[in-house]
This record gives sequence, C-alpha cells and structure tokens, in this order.
Amino acid sequence: MNEGVLLGAYVFVLAILLGLEVIGRVPSTLHTPLMSGTNAIHGIVLLGGIIVAGSADTPLLHVLGFLAVFLGAGNVFGGFVVTDRMLEMFKKKPVEKR
Amino acid sequence: MIDSYRQAIIDVSYFVSAILFIYGLKRLSTPAGARSGNQIAGLAMTIALIATFISRDIHWSAVNILTIFVGLAGGAAFGTYLARTVKMTAMPQMVALFNGMGGATAALVSVSEFTRFAHLFGSVGNSESLSVVVGTTIGAISFSGSMIAVGKLQELISGRPIRFPLIQPLNLLLLVGIIALWVGAIVFNTGAWSVWLLFALALVLGVTVVLPIGGADMPVVIAVLNSMTGLAAAAAGFVLHNQILIVAGALVGASGSLLTVLMSKAMNRSLANVMFGAFGSVVASSGAAGAGEAKPIRETTADDAAVAMAYAQEVIIVPGYGLAVAQAQHQVRELGEELEKRGVTVKYAIHPVAGRMPGHMNVLLAEANVPYDDLYEMEQINDEFERADVALVVGANDVVNPAARSDTASPIYGMPILNVDKAQTVIVLKRSMRPGFAGIENELFHEPNTVMLFGDAKDSLTKLTAAVKES
Repeated sequence: MNEGVLLGAYVFVLAILLGLEVIGRVPSTLHTPLMSGTNAIHGIVLLGGIIVAGSADTPLLHVLGFLAVFLGAGNVFGGFVVTDRMLEMFKKKPVEKR
Repeated sequence: MIDSYRQAIIDVSYFVSAILFIYGLKRLSTPAGARSGNQIAGLAMTIALIATFISRDIHWSAVNILTIFVGLAGGAAFGTYLARTVKMTAMPQMVALFNGMGGATAALVSVSEFTRFAHLFGSVGNSESLSVVVGTTIGAISFSGSMIAVGKLQELISGRPIRFPLIQPLNLLLLVGIIALWVGAIVFNTGAWSVWLLFALALVLGVTVVLPIGGADMPVVIAVLNSMTGLAAAAAGFVLHNQILIVAGALVGASGSLLTVLMSKAMNRSLANVMFGAFGSVVASSGAAGAGEAKPIRETTADDAAVAMAYAQEVIIVPGYGLAVAQAQHQVRELGEELEKRGVTVKYAIHPVAGRMPGHMNVLLAEANVPYDDLYEMEQINDEFERADVALVVGANDVVNPAARSDTASPIYGMPILNVDKAQTVIVLKRSMRPGFAGIENELFHEPNTVMLFGDAKDSLTKLTAAVKES
C-alpha cells in the first residue's frame, strides 16, 4: 500500500472519531442549523472540482470540471449564507421581554 | 525549488484550515457560539479555497480559467441568491438541494479523475480505483436521493410513500450491479465505461431508495444523505490525495451520522425502520380503517375560544407545520403577548420534530421574536399539560396524535408526542379535517375536551387576538 493512502487512512479515521466527539451533546434546538452548517462544510469538495477543472485537457473534462465547480460553489456559498441567516435569528433577543 | 515552496504554503494553509473546521464545528454545536462557529468554518473554507489556486495541478489555460471562474461565480451567485431569498419554512428543501449539489460534485470529481487517469496511463491503480468507485457511488446516490427529497418537501412529488411492485428486487439488482462494477473497476481494470455505468446505476438507486419513504421521514433522510455527501467528499480527497477534503469530509460524515441517530431518536424510529420500514404499507391499512367511521367533532368560534384563553391561568401553545405554512409566527406571538398582558402564563411546547426538521420550529419562532425563555422542549413540558387550562394547537397534527401512545397498529405508534389531550380544554386551529403529513387520522380531534376552530391559521389567530382584547 502506498504511503499517501495509508496516511490518508489515518487522517480519515482520526477525523471520524473527532467528528463524533466534537458535536457530542447538541441540543435539539440546534439540529437544523447544525445540519445546515455541516452541509456547507462538505462543500469543501469544491476544491476537488477546481482541481478537476484546472487539470482538464479534453472537452469532456472541461464540461465535467465546470459542472463540478458550479455545483460545489453553490453548495459552499449557499450553505454558509443560509446557516448564517438562521443563526442570526437565534441571536436577536427581544427587548421588551417582561 | 519554487514548487516545494508552493506545496509548503498549500500544506500549511490546509493544516490551519483543518483546525479551524474542527473548532468551528465545535462552536456550531453550542447555542452561544453557533453563529461564530459557522463563520469560523466559512473562514476555514476561504483559506483552503485560496490555497488551492496555487496548486501545481492547475494549468492556467484560457479554457480552464474560464471554466473555473465562470463556474465559481455562477455557483456562488446561484447559491447565495437562493439562500438569501428562501423562506424559513422551506429550509429543509434548501438544505437538501445544497446537499445534492455537494454530492453531485463529489461524484463528478471522482468520475473525472478516473477518466483522466485512464486516458493518461491506460490503467488506474487499485487504491485510486477503490476511492473513485466509493466516491462516485455515494456521491451519485446522495445527489439523486436529495433531489427526490426536495421534490417531496416542495410537494412537486407526492409526500405519501410511493411504492411500486418489485421495488425490493429492483433495488437488490441495482446493488448487485453496483458491487459487480466495483469489483470490475478495482480488480479487473474494466476502464472508464464501467465507472460511468456505476454513476448511472447509483443515480437510479438514489431515486428508488428515497421514493418509497414518506414525506414525514424526509428530515432523517436528508441527515443520512448529508452524512453520505461528507463521506463522498472524503473519498474524493483520497482520489486527489488531498488531506483537507479527507478531514472535512470525514468530520461531516461522522457528525452527520450522529445527528441522524439523534433525529431518529426524537422520532423514536430506528434508522433501518425509516429507510426500509413499513411506514408506507401500514398507512394504507389504518388510513382505510379510519376513513370508515365518521366520529363527531365539536366546532367553536373565535370568540368562545378567546374567552376560554383570556380567563385561563395557563395556556400552552403547540405550534406545528401548519403555523409555518400560514406564515403566522408573528400572529401567534401577538396572541401570546396579549394573553400575558392579562396575567395568563403562556408557554410554547416544541416537539423535537415540529415543522419538518428538528429545531425548525425554534428557527421560525425566533424569527418572530418569541422570547427564547418561553419555548419548552417536549420533556420539560409534557407533565405540565395536566395543569394547563388550555392547550392551543396551531397547525400541528401528528405530533399531538394520541394514537402514538395507545394504538399499536398506528404507523406512528411509539413516537413520543406532546400530551395535549391531558389539558382541560384543547383548542385546535386547523384548515380542514385533512390528515397530517404522515397521512393518518387523529383521534385527538374527536375527544370530548377538544374543540376545533377551522380556517387559515393566520386569520384565526388575528381574530383570537382581537377577541381576547375585547373580553
């Protein structure tokens, strides 16, 4: 097995364990924003799209690369903006309360 | 020399980005830090994105510049526009759509890399092939499954479970085909066509797996698909030997799975039951039985209902998806305030899956400035219904259906519900007698202590507020 893959496997397993640990006891109030936020984070695959589009050398790969960048960018930007919109509302505390 | 500097900058940026992702996710799961957590994750994304631009793998030919920047600008504009304009009620669809886009990206990246490698070297190494088939399969299922979920939530496709004969054998056949193609691509170097066929089969499988699942279970489905897209992104990371993709993808894969488990718990369903369960088939039988008996209901007027609330000690408001559809968050807050002015204690009981996603109702009520302290989770408030004079149910149905406690034949049996029927009087605001999202009859509406106020939730609430002012 080549070294890069092995290293990747270590990183993957550790990140999985960390992911399980980090969100531990999240209140149900935050389920929707958290899902939306993690949804934005997996948009990281946009970087893969950029590398594909940047290394493309056939018409087919140009098209695939373009689609990957477009969809990935939608995932990233849309995901972060919509999560922020949701969480902004949580912050806004009413003034006149009792 | 220059190249090694470039790589060092990228490596350091990815390292910093990974730490920020972890820290952001940590903050995102606490109420106080959630917003900053999301922004930190956004910063991590920005750093990783910029670093990628100096990568050696990118050849800045005119076409490549065009595809990258037009794609980036177009996708960013599209995503941001939707995210800014979407109504808070449509949030589940929005998350599902963005999730599907991410899944498609992961699958496209995997397929493209395979095509490129196959073109360059004639064959692709085993470990790369493994990453490619995993990324392609999971990404494609996540994409087509998410699109079906969007269709169901947006009600472009019926929210009822859609079943057709031979679906199980078909799914099994697809699965066998997918496994055969995996083995072919990894062991026998079957080439690019097999990966494309795999892509196609996985797309079909995503559709056939999600179609038979009822609309009420879509939140759990989206959570599963969200976690899958994370894993697909990690697989794409293996294909590209890109550590930040592996880290971020694995984080989402793991936290998404945990979130899925938490959501299933809130609905008291096992994950297997949601994905492959008999939800659909049971609905058919109990729905037919329920339709046969026409039980009496008691209708009331806004004035009568207002009097009951105005002279109560304690009113518990139970908001449901109907409130969200009618955009009546503000009206319910006005009613609550009016009652509090008269000295009535007003509390809001939030079922974990009220709305269409856990926490969805909290978002909607926060939007309308309902004080955070007045919102109670199910476990905190369920014992209090016995002491409440009035339970006001606004557009909630399945989450207050007593059949979940008593009727073992009901498809929602075992789901924890809000015990509104224990209150002295139950006032139900409802558009009509149409059954809820799960498509099941609700006994609550026929209870002797229940009165129904039909009409649009916004309208009814406005009338109630006016009537409370006068009484």
